[in-house]
Amino acid sequence: MELEPSHYPAQRAAGVARACISYRRGGPNRVLTLSNVRRARLQVRGRERGPRGQAVNCTAEVLYHLGSQHSAPEVHFTVEGELGKNPDDADNKFYSRIKSLKEPLVAQNIPDSFGIVPPEMEPIRHLAFSACDYIIWQNSTENTWYNLAQIQDVRQVKRNDDYLEFDYTVLLHDFVSQEIIPWQMQVLWHPQHGVKVTQNSRQPK
Amino acid sequence: MVQLKCLEPLSLICAGGCLDFWVSPLHPERPVDVRVPFTSLQAVKVFLEQNNIPYFILIKDLQRLVDDEKAQMVHQRSRALSVETFNYATYHTLNEIYDFMDLLVAERPNLVSKIEIGYSTEGLPLNVLKFSTGGPNRPAIWIDTGIHSREWVTQATGVWFAKKIISDYGKDESLTAILDKMDIFLEIITNPDGFVFTHTKNRMWRKTRSINAGSSCRGVDPNRNWDAGFGGAGSSKNPCSETYHGPHANSEPEVKAIVDFVKQHGNIKAFISIHSYSQLLLYPYGYTKTPVPDQKELDSIAKAAVTALSSLYGTSYRYGSIITTIYQASGGTIDWTYNQGIKYSFTFELRDTGRYGFMLPANQIIPTAQETWKALMVIMEHARDHPY
Repeated sequence: MELEPSHYPAQRAAGVARACISYRRGGPNRVLTLSNVRRARLQVRGRERGPRGQAVNCTAEVLYHLGSQHSAPEVHFTVEGELGKNPDDADNKFYSRIKSLKEPLVAQNIPDSFGIVPPEMEPIRHLAFSACDYIIWQNSTENTWYNLAQIQDVRQVKRNDDYLEFDYTVLLHDFVSQEIIPWQMQVLWHPQHGVKVTQNSRQPK
Repeated sequence: MVQLKCLEPLSLICAGGCLDFWVSPLHPERPVDVRVPFTSLQAVKVFLEQNNIPYFILIKDLQRLVDDEKAQMVHQRSRALSVETFNYATYHTLNEIYDFMDLLVAERPNLVSKIEIGYSTEGLPLNVLKFSTGGPNRPAIWIDTGIHSREWVTQATGVWFAKKIISDYGKDESLTAILDKMDIFLEIITNPDGFVFTHTKNRMWRKTRSINAGSSCRGVDPNRNWDAGFGGAGSSKNPCSETYHGPHANSEPEVKAIVDFVKQHGNIKAFISIHSYSQLLLYPYGYTKTPVPDQKELDSIAKAAVTALSSLYGTSYRYGSIITTIYQASGGTIDWTYNQGIKYSFTFELRDTGRYGFMLPANQIIPTAQETWKALMVIMEHARDHPY
């Protein structure tokens, strides 16, 4: 069945596909944004966010599981060309910077009320986008449309191994219900191994 | 000195960050001021209580104080003395915008006047700017921004539109032709209570601030409170919900004021309600799948408007009816205005598509306003050239 690309069912499904792809390929210097839905079944043209901002074609199939028990939509995707497989300079710089901090990183309200993000917080924010994409993908249905609205709180958790770990409390905005939903997530990142959400839980309003 | 020594263990509490002594222990008679990171709070309290050391809290939440101060500083730009020196590239408070309106009227009394159409739940005036070059009751265009208070780019673009109108009248042929035939009404802060709340307590507040009987949750969604499919699917009957429709249609003074104004005026030909975010241009209906009779015409206007919009910075918008393009929503503004006979009823969802969402950086205010203006001009020109 062909869907009208500009109507919301195709748009929402494309959002889910984007989230899944972004989680798999994201990092502190890379997030995927949705540029255009050309055909709904669902040919999603993703644009890699960040200084390079190159457009990348992705094809994805999104399967919503209907039924009383919610389970995450299945996303099967292919991405044209190499997308964020190897860590780059910026990733390594960020990694070194955080590893060498004397005090664990702590921050609130990113962006702030006025949309301001301090430059040194941009990678923290991109990491949150990627990690949130996991939560968005896992919790999406045909009746949701999630976006990361704001990082309410982020605290670094010092580790003995090579990974960086952050404890985030984020605010998700569901466009369909218009609700702002606080969500806690534990995020691991390593330049070679990518982003991983080890634990997450929806918080009371 | 023994007394001072007993405070030493405090310096070892570094759970969430070590304690930061603002006034160090120097003398047994002098108080000690210390900033305690949140996660060390418990340990510090336990220590002090176990050792019978009296204490009281000077500042409960230092971060909040710092944030407020920062916000103050950001806002303490030199108070604008004229429409020309007003800073359009930044977010303003309610008072600053209300002052701006008065400045505008003072500078161009022959073109602009201010009308109070009612009061909010908390008693704030609902101010509408009227741009008119004469005539007793000319056909008119209505524009509102800020009906959902957290959509800050909309109030900011409303301010810019006001300046744009007075700047372009007499200079831009098309706008001058519009104002020579029609009036423009502009309500910049359509939900003042909510707007104040976003500045003082909760940046994410959307609704009005009315008190809901029998609930601790406040506020009604002003875009579900209109008498068009009121209470239907696409709105909530739960007062705690962001899309709560309210106890009955027009229960909100902010909505009723506009309803009364529109009915009493009787000659409004175009009605544009502005929201953010998602980059959409929408026409009725939201409450039903039945297309409006004027669907074809509205669709072609929307297409032209969106094309004009994206010609400036390449910002891409989708367009269509509310129910097919975003979701089913009942009790919405433009469904009611359309059913009143105002054919050219449109809703915008401005920048962006989710990267910043409601917290759009201030450096995008003017580009957003400029491109949106192009789309508005298409709609207004069409209304001017197709009287009905």
